[in-house]
Amino acid sequence: MNELYLIAGMAVVTFVIRYSMFVVAGRFEFPARLNEALGYVPPAVLTAIIVPAVLMPNGESIDLSWTNAYLVGAVVAAVISWTSKNLLLTIVVGMAVFFGWQWLVG
Amino acid sequence: MTQANVDTPSLINASPFSEFLAGARDSFPLIVGAIPFGIIFGTLAMSSGLSFAGAMAMSAFVFAGSAQFIALGLVAVGTAWPIIVLTTFVVNLRHALYSATLAPYVRHLPQRWQVPLAFWLTDETFLVVIKRYTQQPTAPYNHWYYLGSALFMYTNWQVCTFIGLTVGQMLPNAAAWGLDFAMPVTFIGMVIPYLKNRPMVATVIVAGVVALLAHAIPHQLGLMVAALAGIAAGLLVQQWGKQEILV
Repeated sequence: MNELYLIAGMAVVTFVIRYSMFVVAGRFEFPARLNEALGYVPPAVLTAIIVPAVLMPNGESIDLSWTNAYLVGAVVAAVISWTSKNLLLTIVVGMAVFFGWQWLVG
Repeated sequence: MTQANVDTPSLINASPFSEFLAGARDSFPLIVGAIPFGIIFGTLAMSSGLSFAGAMAMSAFVFAGSAQFIALGLVAVGTAWPIIVLTTFVVNLRHALYSATLAPYVRHLPQRWQVPLAFWLTDETFLVVIKRYTQQPTAPYNHWYYLGSALFMYTNWQVCTFIGLTVGQMLPNAAAWGLDFAMPVTFIGMVIPYLKNRPMVATVIVAGVVALLAHAIPHQLGLMVAALAGIAAGLLVQQWGKQEILV
């Protein structure tokens, strides 16, 4: 992993996106379809990271058993997030359940 | 006609500095909301495999919360950097919408203003600033208001990253005792609020299932496949919904 290329690349693409429209705005219209698609980007990317991390903690096979502390912690976190809409509470309770479960079954 | 109040600028005594402070003040609630993100980013950065300097540099030069988090997740699983840069591009494309929305209000400014204002354009600052611009489109110091919001946001992000990194350093080898769960649990807290309609639910289900199926594809390309499949599913369900209404 080359950190320098990574950060330089991320910085350039982010700045170009933020600045580009100041330059070209008014000269072309953003396609409505693209507009709509962009709204789905964050949940799609985040979910694609979450699901394998939770269901395949060893990186190889799917573990749907109750001894999978990642899965138990994730389910509890999802419920807390759904009911409270509070990010910090979700993280704190999710982590506590995860550690507790790992300690209990491990 | 209470409507008239909206575009009556009460700015007889406004100065660049007072506008700068107003921008910072109006951003305060959103900045408080960003504090845990910044601290968690810093805490996770070391255990994900970024160096201290790399994490600080990312906050200083990229300055894009959700893209930084996703980059951490990708670094942690050993993704090649060009794919992370590509993902950053996709995740940050929404900023093009913000930029396009603000463009009519900043076009009259010289480049020495436009360039830094673009660099500091975040979700939070956009939300605060666009409100000001639409309420007082002709007020003379709106760019100072924007600058106040942006600089407050930026400073806060750097400080929070640093605090998180310092805490993270005190917990060496965090991954070994399960701190690697902190990232998924943070992301869960960020995804659940999106689940307000059927298209979003479809996006999440399809992205999750495809992520499992495509997991074996090298360089974490499976992640891109899963994300694209999720976006397509959301658009499809949205399309069906529209047709139902028409029928």
